[in-house]
Amino acid sequence: MKHWYMLTVVGKDRPGIVAHVTSALFEGGGNLGEASMLRLGGNFTIMLMAQYDGSLKALERLLEPVIDSMDLHMHLDKIEGHLHEHVQPDVRISVFGADQPGIVAKITAALAEAGLNILNLESDVAGTQDAPLYIMHIEGEAREGIEALRSALAICAHDGVEAKLTPVETMVG
Amino acid sequence: MAELSIITYPDERLKGESQRVEIFDAEVGAFIADLEETLRAGPGAVGIAAPQVGRAQRIVIVDCSAKRNTPNNGRMMLVNPEITEWDGYAVGREGCLSVPDYTGNVIRAERISLEAQDEHGVPQHYHCEGFEARAVQHEIDHLDGLLFLDRLVSRRNDLFRRKVYK
Repeated sequence: MKHWYMLTVVGKDRPGIVAHVTSALFEGGGNLGEASMLRLGGNFTIMLMAQYDGSLKALERLLEPVIDSMDLHMHLDKIEGHLHEHVQPDVRISVFGADQPGIVAKITAALAEAGLNILNLESDVAGTQDAPLYIMHIEGEAREGIEALRSALAICAHDGVEAKLTPVETMVG
Repeated sequence: MAELSIITYPDERLKGESQRVEIFDAEVGAFIADLEETLRAGPGAVGIAAPQVGRAQRIVIVDCSAKRNTPNNGRMMLVNPEITEWDGYAVGREGCLSVPDYTGNVIRAERISLEAQDEHGVPQHYHCEGFEARAVQHEIDHLDGLLFLDRLVSRRNDLFRRKVYK
């Protein structure tokens, strides 16, 4: 397999999207690598590393029938991709509180300034329409140490927002 | 002494049940020495279990003494280990010599008590907590054919999040 592509798929959620898209890829001679797939606000989203011998256009033609038949949208990028290059997180940050404008921007800006490289971020709005509750989990690398992040969080986490930082020490056995 | 080669998933030998050690002879002693050499050679590993080198016997070595700020019992040679008490639970990240290039979150007891024999068959009793308790539970799982992959919890729905909803 020659090339790696990043396939992005978005569309109204319904059962079978993953099976159909990955079957089309597999049956067309492609291969998949790392992927993230989840439902966001009633939409299903896929970010998927696809390995394929042909051109971007050929891969697009291969996937088009299934994408169209399920009323999805796709986007393909040729990427410099490699497997087996996971970076291990050494810190985990959880934030929750009443939803308010700018909360993610404020906190992630402070953390970036303090050396955080985000590897994985998941964020959700829970609660009710009248009282939305914002929840965010981040796993990342503390490039300037855990204490720098702790100080940054202490400064920006207030106004009913709670933030918890936990060092991640991976146990290998 | 010789460094042994680590077998990796999906090798079937990682899924089997290991047998108790009944005889503490020179051969077992030599194997344990080799197992320890293999652990020390591994990059950053704090524990190893006999099935990870393809030997289906209930032998585990855990040594967390190189980890700073972690309460530990030093080098623990655990033959025929049995956990007798569990207390608390915590999510923590684990990797495994037998599962390269992947780590994931697993729920383990925070504090455990265990009975085991040392390499000479002498009964030992330990209390472990935190990181070391996690390592011991991970290694003892190997003796029952379980990998941390069998116990992964979703990153998205972890305990911190559930706590919010209590």
